[in-house]
Amino acid sequence: MSFIRLEPRGQASKTMVYVTPLLAVALTLLSGFILFLAMGFDPVRALHAFFIAPLTSVRGLGELVVKATPLVLCAVGLAIGFRANVWNIGAEGQLTLGAITGGGLALAFYGEGGWWLLPLMVIGGAVGGAVWAAVPAFLRLRFNASEILTSLMLNYVALLLLNYLVHGPYRDPDGFAFPESRLFEADAVLPILWTGTRVHLGALFALFAVAGGWLLIARTFIGFQIKVIGLTPAAAGYAGFDQKRIVWLALLLSGALAGIAGMGEVAGPIGQVTASISPGYGYTAIIVAFLGRLHPVGILLAALLMALSFIGGEAAQIAMGLPKAITGVFQGMLLFFLLASDVLIRYRVRFGARRAVA
Amino acid sequence: MPSHAETFPPDASPPRLELRGITKRFPGCLANDHVDLVLQPGEIHALLGENGAGKSTLVKMIYGVLHPDSGTMLWQGVETNVPDPAGARRLGIGMVFQHFSLFDTLTVTENIALGLDDAGRMDELADRIRSVSERYGLALDPERHVFHLSVGERQRVEIVRCLLQDPKLLIMDEPTSVLTPQEAAKLFETLRVLAAEGCTILYISHKLEEIRALCSRATVLRAGKVVGATDPRQETARSLAEMMMGAELSTPERPPQGAAGAARLSVRHLSTTSDNPFATNLKDVSFEVRAGEILGIAGVAGNGQAELMAALSGEMLIADADAVVIEGTSAGHLGPRARRALGLAFVPEERLGRGAVPELSLSENALLSGYAREPLVRGGMVHFGRARAYAETIIRGFNVVAHGHRAEARSLSGGNLQKFIIGREILQKPKLLVVGQPTWGVDAGAAAAIHKALIGLARSGAAVLVISQDLDELFVLSDRISVLFHGRLSDSRPTHETTVERIGLLMGGLFGTPPDEDGEITRAV
Repeated sequence: MSFIRLEPRGQASKTMVYVTPLLAVALTLLSGFILFLAMGFDPVRALHAFFIAPLTSVRGLGELVVKATPLVLCAVGLAIGFRANVWNIGAEGQLTLGAITGGGLALAFYGEGGWWLLPLMVIGGAVGGAVWAAVPAFLRLRFNASEILTSLMLNYVALLLLNYLVHGPYRDPDGFAFPESRLFEADAVLPILWTGTRVHLGALFALFAVAGGWLLIARTFIGFQIKVIGLTPAAAGYAGFDQKRIVWLALLLSGALAGIAGMGEVAGPIGQVTASISPGYGYTAIIVAFLGRLHPVGILLAALLMALSFIGGEAAQIAMGLPKAITGVFQGMLLFFLLASDVLIRYRVRFGARRAVA
Repeated sequence: MPSHAETFPPDASPPRLELRGITKRFPGCLANDHVDLVLQPGEIHALLGENGAGKSTLVKMIYGVLHPDSGTMLWQGVETNVPDPAGARRLGIGMVFQHFSLFDTLTVTENIALGLDDAGRMDELADRIRSVSERYGLALDPERHVFHLSVGERQRVEIVRCLLQDPKLLIMDEPTSVLTPQEAAKLFETLRVLAAEGCTILYISHKLEEIRALCSRATVLRAGKVVGATDPRQETARSLAEMMMGAELSTPERPPQGAAGAARLSVRHLSTTSDNPFATNLKDVSFEVRAGEILGIAGVAGNGQAELMAALSGEMLIADADAVVIEGTSAGHLGPRARRALGLAFVPEERLGRGAVPELSLSENALLSGYAREPLVRGGMVHFGRARAYAETIIRGFNVVAHGHRAEARSLSGGNLQKFIIGREILQKPKLLVVGQPTWGVDAGAAAAIHKALIGLARSGAAVLVISQDLDELFVLSDRISVLFHGRLSDSRPTHETTVERIGLLMGGLFGTPPDEDGEITRAV
C-alpha cells in the first residue's frame, strides 16, 4: 500500500480548473529558483531579471504586447482545432508561409504601393498560412495520415523555403548579399499603435481573434459541433455532424491565423523578410493554448505570460549571462507542470495507507 | 463475535459463505449498506435486485475484484479476506461474468489456458476440457476457435474454465441475458447437476420466472440494502418484483391497435459489407414498419443488430439508396441529419458515448439531436435559451430525476438518462422512431415509463421499431415480431399468434423449419 494515493472524485472539480494553471506557474517558478541555484546564479536576481524587470518600463510593456501578438493569433486558431481533436503542430510553418506570401506581396509591389497594399498583404498572409495547413488536412482525410506528423514535418519545409527565398529571389539587390529582403516601404508596414513602443496593428488583429474565437466556440452551432466531436466522436456521428468539414475548418482557420501572425511579424517589428522571423512562436503557441485551457480569454492571459518568458529570457541573458536555452526550459517546464497538475481536476490526493480489510 | 461452536450445532457443517455487514462506498454513492448473506453448500441462491441495486458490486467483493470498506466475510466458517481474483480461485470461488473475456482468434483450449493459474500441458488440458464438458452436458470442442462459437457456446467456455478449478462456489452474473430460451434451459440442467454435487451457485438475475424455476433461496437487494430473503418457489413473480421495487408494480396498458396505416419505413433487400472480419453483415433484409404499429426485432446480440441500427440511422451509408425508404423517400445515401429532416428519430444502444455526451449538460445534450427538428439554431447561432427550455420540457414530461438542465449527462442514473434520451426523441414528434435496447440496464420503474411512452407514441400514429435482446420486453411492446439471426431477418408475425418458445427457436437459428416430433432443436442455418 503506498502512502500517497490518488482517489477519483465523483465529479470534475471546477475550482481546480482555474487553480491548476496558477499551481503550474508556482511550481515552474520554484523549479526555476532551484535551477538557478544549482547553476551558480543568484536565484532572486535571476527571477527578477526574468519576470519583473521587463514590466517596469513602457518600452518593456510594449515589447510584451509585441511578443504576445503572434502567440495569441496562433494559439486561438490552434485551440479551436485542439478542441475538435485536430492536432495542428504546424503553426510555425504556417506562420512562415504567411510571412513569405505577405512579405512577397510587399516586395512585388515595392515602389508602387498604395493604401490597398496592407490589406492585400493581410489577405495574402492568411491565404499562405491556410494553404500550408490544407496539406495536412487533405492527407488526414484522404489517407488517414496523422496531422501531428505531417504538419510538423512541413514546418521544416517552410523554413527551408524561406531560407532559399531570402538567399535568392527575395534578396535585397543593394544589400551586400546579406540574406535579407529590402526594407518595406511605409505602405507595407503596419502602423504603430502606441508611440514609444513597437506595438503595431497586429495587436488589434489579435484582439479580434480573441473575440471572434470566443464567439465561435461559445455561441455558434459550429462551435458546439467542435465541442462534441472533441469529446465524443460517436455522439457526433449520431447527431449527423460532418466531421470532415470540421477538420478542414480547424486546419484552414488556424493556418490563416498563423499566416496573419507571420505577415504581422515581417510587416511589423522586423520590417523585412529575413531568414529568421520567429523564435518558435508556432510551438510556444501550443503551450499558450493549453495554458489558457483552450479558451480565447485564457489564451490572451497565457500569451502575455509566455511573452514575458521570451523577453525575460533575453533580458536575463544580457544582464546576467544566462544561457539562451533558459527560455525554452521555462516554457517546457510550464507545460509539463500544467499537464501534471491536471490530474488534480479528476482525482484528489490522499495520504496514508488504505484501510486494511477486515 | 460468537464462536464457531455456539453458532452451529456440532454435527452441522458451516455455511459455504457468510457475509456480515458488508459495506462499500463509491464517491457519491453507497453501493452496499451492511449487507448480510448466507450461502449453504449445494444451494442455488438467487441475488435479486433492479439495476443499480448493488448486486454486481457485492459479488465483485466476494470474488476479490473490489474490497469492502467494512464488514466480515466467512468462508466455510473461517473469517477470510479475499485479496484478488487469484486468491478467490484458490479458495474455490469461480465467477462467470456477464461480459466474457475471450479472444476470438484463439482456440477454446488456449483461452481456457490463459484463464487458469496453472494450465499444464495443452494436450492434457484439452482432455480435461473434454471430460468436464461431457460430464456436465456442456458440449465443447477444445480445438475450435472462439470466433466460430455462438454466444451460448462462449458462455460454456467461461463455465468450463471455472469448473476445471473445482469450485465450491460458482457465481453467475446475469447468465441468461445472452441466451435463447432453449439454451437457458440447458444451462439450468448443468447448474442442477453441479448443485447436486455440493457446489453452491450464486445466481444473479432480474428474470423472475427463471429464478422461480431454478433457485431454492433468494436474497433481495434494493438501493444497496438487503430488504428480504425468501424461497422464490413459494412466491409469485409479482411478489418478487414488488420486493425488488418496494412498490406496486404497474404493467402498461395496451390499447388495442387500430388498423395500421401507411408504411413509414420500408427496408428492401438491405445487405451490408464490412472490412471488420468480426462484423456481422446483413443479408437481404426486408421489412416494413407501418404508422400506428410497433415492430419488434428479437435476437441475441451480435447477429447484425448494430449494423441494422447504423444502416437505419444514417451513421452507415448504403450504396443502394432505395434499400432504406423513409416516408416514401429513398434515404440509403442520406446521413443522420437528412434522415431526421424526413421524420426519423433514433435512440441508440449506447446511452453515454453515443446517445448523449457524458460531460455536457442536459440542455446541450438536448441540442445534440434537437437541432434537426426543433428551432434551436438560427443563422448558425445556437439559441441556448430555447435549448434550455426544451431540456426542461423533457425533464418534466418524462420525470427525469436530475439537478436541472445544467446537470451533466453522466451524473444521471442509467434509467433517468434513458428516459431523457427517449423523451428528447419523442418530443420531436417523429414519424418514425427506431430504438435499440430501450431498457437495458434500466430500473423497473423507468422501464415501465419508457414502455408506456413508446406505446403511446405508436398509438398516436408514429411507426416504432424496437430492436431488443429482451424477449419479455418485446412481447409487452410489439404488435408484430421478427428475429434477426446471422444477418438475416425472419418473416414477421403478429405477437399474439406466437410464443416465447417459438421465437426462441428462431433466435437460435431455425428459420422456416418446424421442430421435429419431440420438439428437439436442430440447427438449420
